[in-house]
Amino acid sequence: MNVMTGVSPWERLIRPDRVHGSLYTDSAIFEAELKNIWYRTWVYVGHESEVPNVNDYVIKSIGPQSIIMTRDEQGKVNLLLNRCSHRGNQVCSYERGNARSFTCPFHSWTFANDGRLVGYAFPDGYEGQDKSQLALGRVTRVESYRGFVFGSFAADGPTLKQHLGGAAETIDRLVRSSPEGEVEVTAGFLKHRVKANWKFILENECDGYHPAFVHTSIFGVADSMIGKLYGGASTALTRDYGNGHTEIDLRPEFRKRGAPMSWFGTSEERLPDYTARMKAAYGDTAAREIMIDGTPHVMIFPNLFIAEIQMFVIQPLGVDDSVQHVTALQFKGAPDLNRRLRQQTMGSVGPAGFLLADDSEMYERCHRGVLARNPEWIFLGRGEKRERRDELGFTVGHVTDEVPSRGIWSHYRKLMEPA
Amino acid sequence: MLSRESSATLMSAVTAFLYREARLQDEHQYEAWEKLWTDDGVYWVPANGADIDPERQMSIIYDNRSRITLRVRQLMTGKHFTQTPQSNLRRLISNIELMDQQPDDGDIAVASNSLIFESSLRDDTLWAARNEYRLRHVDGELRMAAKKVVLVNNDKAIYTLSFLV
Repeated sequence: MNVMTGVSPWERLIRPDRVHGSLYTDSAIFEAELKNIWYRTWVYVGHESEVPNVNDYVIKSIGPQSIIMTRDEQGKVNLLLNRCSHRGNQVCSYERGNARSFTCPFHSWTFANDGRLVGYAFPDGYEGQDKSQLALGRVTRVESYRGFVFGSFAADGPTLKQHLGGAAETIDRLVRSSPEGEVEVTAGFLKHRVKANWKFILENECDGYHPAFVHTSIFGVADSMIGKLYGGASTALTRDYGNGHTEIDLRPEFRKRGAPMSWFGTSEERLPDYTARMKAAYGDTAAREIMIDGTPHVMIFPNLFIAEIQMFVIQPLGVDDSVQHVTALQFKGAPDLNRRLRQQTMGSVGPAGFLLADDSEMYERCHRGVLARNPEWIFLGRGEKRERRDELGFTVGHVTDEVPSRGIWSHYRKLMEPA
Repeated sequence: MLSRESSATLMSAVTAFLYREARLQDEHQYEAWEKLWTDDGVYWVPANGADIDPERQMSIIYDNRSRITLRVRQLMTGKHFTQTPQSNLRRLISNIELMDQQPDDGDIAVASNSLIFESSLRDDTLWAARNEYRLRHVDGELRMAAKKVVLVNNDKAIYTLSFLV
């Protein structure tokens, strides 16, 4: 609290239609974000399908911290911190595998894959020690929603369901594109590093104003239908679900087309197996609706971006150092669709992707740009006068409007201001 | 198995080809580079190791011939902002070897190492890779039927790779 003016520093930095450039570049603010966002609120960590079998593990992260996601002998998913409770050495040095326990190479302390300390070398030196006090650290709360595993370091606070709020419905919508109602994360991740603050990535995911310009090179040569979705005449919407979750809702455009699988640039005829399985699972009418509407384009605050055919996980490593982990979404029971999803994902995203190489270039140029000190502000007023409420009460605007950024910053301010 | 003499002749032609490819890439001569490919060329830059199955797992690049064309056409628009302005590049190609195991369809299996210095708006970046080729004689000229680029750090988070590697 600034005693002189009676306003919090966050109130000065975050206004309804503009935010201060230092929010992206000040390393003290980055440290505060780790504490108030990454190490407190619900953060997406991994998907249950990445550890399908008992004793499977995979290395994940929350911000710069390495997290071991395990499935223990009881089948439960654990989020363990990759840090020996003895001297802090990392107990796991492999990206993934199957292990009942992790033995620290430093002094041979051994931990079960549910985090319990099960043994240490030369135990006579620890006479009377209660091993249960020396377990691996763990993410305080772990909850999953339709297979998506989230963690929060806060002992108390909203449940995951409360945190997701209205955006939970987008995940419901996503899994319905599987004839078995499940998404799988099985295609491996590309890891794309950018020298830019993580919030440039966060805000760009539901920025519908940029595609016509940033992606003009690929839209022009690839005969892409995507460009029109983000044009001035588009009926698609931006939406603020609250809690920092934002969406670009392309369904109005896909419904105008009225053609199943048009959202993915293909047709029922080209995916006969998938179409048959969807109709068998949901009935002709519902299957047709699902296949017209397509999958969501939603940014779950602060780090899970579901982008129709792929998902990104945003990881901040430093104030100007971020990683985008990206993989193709895979729908259980849809092998012919999945093959195309992998091919399209490889073409469009990752370090050499036709789309993401240019997005990432913008993140890095923006980061260098805001180091200039004038005009100080990032202006986010686009569509402020024409935004409105949808039938569920969420704020929506034109697809090119900055409803998502304003929603993100309004939530961010609540998290950063002392309670 | 090639005789020593024919092997030396082939090695000299292969080396000239790889140097030429490297120069075309460094100098952003996209169309000339594209002409080095056969009609069935596959350009593959795996992620997370050298031996993943590109039909099942994500690769950094896994272009069939039409996607190679698309990549080149995007670069040629002048609006592919990650390469506008273009990276300044120079690469060294070395350790060129004709592989002991040669395919029996007449293609030539070749491998080399490369070290690439990239200077871009972001920063200077050093890239290192093992390159594996299948070359083919087409109308008396060598062409690439397959190029696999295994970046040494392909299991880590890497910066944008938008020049021709």
